Amino acid sequence: MDTIVALSAGLLVAGGVYLLHAPNLMRLIFGLMLLGNAANLVLLAGGRFFGAVPPLIAEGETLVAGDPANALPQALALTAIVISFGILAFAIILVLRSYQFLGTADADAMRLAEPDTAWESPGESPGESPGESPGESR
Amino acid sequence: MTAVSAPSAADAPAGNPLWTFGFALIPAGITAGLLLLLPAVSAGQAVELVIPWVPSLGISAGFRVDALGLLFALMIAGIGTFVFLYAAEYMRGYANKLRFFILLTLFMVSMLGVVLADNLILMFVFWEMTTITSFLLIGFSHNKAVSRQSALQGLLVTGAGGLALLAGLLLLGIAAGSFDVSTLLADDVDVRTHGLYTAVLVLVLIGAFTKSAQFPLHFWLPNAMAAPTPVSAYLHSATMVKAGVYLLARLHPVLGGTDAWLWSLTIFGSITAVLSAIWALQQTDLKQMLAYTTVMALGTLVMFLGSGSEAGVAAAVTFLVVHALYKSSLFMVVGAIDHATGTRDRDRLSGLRRGMPIIWLIAVGAGFSMAGFPPFLGFIGKELKYEGALAVASEPWLVAAAAVLANACMVATAGLICLKPFLGSPGRFDGTPHDPPAAMLIGPLLLAAAGLATGIAPEILGTSLVGPAVQAVWGDPVVVKLKLWHGINLPLMLSLLTFAAGLAIYRYRETLRGWLTTLAARLPVTAEGAYDHAIAGFKRAAAVQTALLQTGRLSRYVSVIAMSMAGLLVLALIDGGTVGFAWVPLLHALASASLLGWTAFALIAVAVPVIIWSRSRLTCICSLGAVGVAVALLFLLHGALDVALTQLLVEILFVVLLALVLVRMPRLNQGRKPRVVRRIAAVNALAVGGLVTLTLLAILNQPFDGRVTDFFEAKSVPEGYGRNIVNVILVDFRALDTLGEIAVVAAAFLAAVAVLRIFRSAGVGPADGVGTGRPATGTAPVLPADGVPAQGSTP
Repeated sequence: MDTIVALSAGLLVAGGVYLLHAPNLMRLIFGLMLLGNAANLVLLAGGRFFGAVPPLIAEGETLVAGDPANALPQALALTAIVISFGILAFAIILVLRSYQFLGTADADAMRLAEPDTAWESPGESPGESPGESPGESR
Repeated sequence: MTAVSAPSAADAPAGNPLWTFGFALIPAGITAGLLLLLPAVSAGQAVELVIPWVPSLGISAGFRVDALGLLFALMIAGIGTFVFLYAAEYMRGYANKLRFFILLTLFMVSMLGVVLADNLILMFVFWEMTTITSFLLIGFSHNKAVSRQSALQGLLVTGAGGLALLAGLLLLGIAAGSFDVSTLLADDVDVRTHGLYTAVLVLVLIGAFTKSAQFPLHFWLPNAMAAPTPVSAYLHSATMVKAGVYLLARLHPVLGGTDAWLWSLTIFGSITAVLSAIWALQQTDLKQMLAYTTVMALGTLVMFLGSGSEAGVAAAVTFLVVHALYKSSLFMVVGAIDHATGTRDRDRLSGLRRGMPIIWLIAVGAGFSMAGFPPFLGFIGKELKYEGALAVASEPWLVAAAAVLANACMVATAGLICLKPFLGSPGRFDGTPHDPPAAMLIGPLLLAAAGLATGIAPEILGTSLVGPAVQAVWGDPVVVKLKLWHGINLPLMLSLLTFAAGLAIYRYRETLRGWLTTLAARLPVTAEGAYDHAIAGFKRAAAVQTALLQTGRLSRYVSVIAMSMAGLLVLALIDGGTVGFAWVPLLHALASASLLGWTAFALIAVAVPVIIWSRSRLTCICSLGAVGVAVALLFLLHGALDVALTQLLVEILFVVLLALVLVRMPRLNQGRKPRVVRRIAAVNALAVGGLVTLTLLAILNQPFDGRVTDFFEAKSVPEGYGRNIVNVILVDFRALDTLGEIAVVAAAFLAAVAVLRIFRSAGVGPADGVGTGRPATGTAPVLPADGVPAQGSTP
């Protein structure tokens, strides 16, 4: 079972890293989502898989019966899921608005803060640079 | 270099507040205090003050006043008194006088710290403070580009030397076992035979040579003349540039006496002395001439400190005093000339004797000491130099020839400074020559008079200061007798030769200058040119490095991060020795995995490639949802009920949010990368992904320490009063974490709302932008003209 989780995490990370390279910001968001899932899996796996019994204590007892799952990584993963959701939701809104504002969803074409400078070889990606973005006129 | 420091009254308030004179009381008081210590120190005692600072590292704020330190300290504070007084008058027309005097005071304190610190680290701290205050003082007229450049140049050269010095001092402390100078000077420590000696020597010499402007790093000092003249008179003649000399003198008993010491100091010192003495003749700016003669003096001092003979050390210490007296005096004279006539050009200045009789008197007094005429102290200094040169341990002819040649040039330069501007018919300058106010006269007058008085009665100086200081440098007891008349001997003959040669050079100065100027134009390489090249090369390297790393392309950054992460994971795996873990049990575990586990994995294995390659937004959203469900399934299989539940809910929210947003975004095939970039991305992805799997397996192979979980399980009911341990952890044991989590989500929500509203309130419809700036490759994005509703997008 460990192996399945490890393979799944690796696959998610690979997909996430590949998508992070994409110029399209939506794909970048997809990549972040995959990475977030992978991180949660790694977190949970790091606490080991002792058993499938949920860490719940029966009424009248003070200890879990049997071989319970590790509760600590679950708590950490819960926190991580919620936080990654908050951050990603913000990122999605940001991507949407920057697309509407700059007229492109291509991260490499967004050059308001770092304008293309002389040392970069021109025409490296000819189709990507918007002639002039409305943001620059502001 | 052009004359830049003529004060301009236009940009400064008139008037000269009394407090500027008050600053002179500080060095005066220090001088008086130091003089009180003089009898004890002359008798061979050292006054010590030790304050513990970093005892664990053997660093103490220890101060120790011995003869060498006191000699320097008296020069710093004594000349400082007169320079402060002079500056109070000179800086009348400058703005920011308070800043100037505070900087000058700070400099003086740092300089006193350098020469009185007993701890190498403490001395280094003061050393760096002199570098910084010097930088600020050279660049005091910061609205002039040349001041800023010169200040930066001085800072870079001496700062780089300071770094080398720090390394050298640390190695010295390690080699000697102590950072206390007094311990180093004790006889039982021998660094010269230590394995680190060569490294220590080279690093310390770099520090001393940069600070004391030795060839080929001398160029910053003439450029430092961009500073106001009082600064030049103080820092760049009498005090700061002598710090390197002080260091060499101080460490002479520790590091000196070896062949490496002798040759490096003699060669660098003599080359510096001769070259700068000749180069002084080529200058037209009087201040520049003085600067080059200062470099010459520093070279001479270094040369004699390397000589390895008592007489050489005696010559160095005596010349140190001689030079400090006449050079600061001459700088102040030149400042007064500049003040009165508005120029320092030696070609334009002549006939000043009528308008400036007192200044002329001072100039002659100091100039004669510089040229080494009797009965001035300069004569004694010169005789001692020749005596020292002839006593040099090996190759005395080299040192003697260098000394004669440099001194002959010095005679001519002295004539150019103290005779040429004052004699003849009035020259072409704007102002009316006049003697400056008393405050600008007292200092140079007294200093020049001191050069004469100590020349006539040298015994007092010899027994009270110079003798004990020579002893401190030499390490063993020595007898130093300063006297004017040494009898008819070889040094006297050399003196006469020097005067004759000097007069000849003075006579043919214009011819010589013509040659030198031609030569200067034809030099293939100059030290300053090399410096400029180095700085330019440094900037180019920075530009190339920035271009490589800071391309402004997100994919490049991601690529670098991914590669770094892969590298770190490889290192971690190798370091942990966990590369070769047992594969067979893992494969067994794989085979025994449940059907549901396999299902989850299969779901992920199908969905991830779909997300990567699909161009349909809807397919991507569905696949992302599938991945989320698969992960939730894996959670569920491992008893993580709450996590699985949250994961499912969050995944649903995500899908809704994505669906809302994606329809307003362009299609996904927009802006595809070139094939090469995609391949790099694929390699990075496979590397990082594979390494994550391997690392995770390696981690899972390690023994587990479950004490924290055991604690939570045991305490959940008795102390947390809850039966769901995960919940108890979240809201009780780690409640602060959860509070932080809530804060993050709230902040993200607020930020999202702000982003949604910000452009709308700007009054420009986003649709305008999209209409004109849409990338050519993209298909038409579905975008309503009124943008996105502010509410509802962020849960």
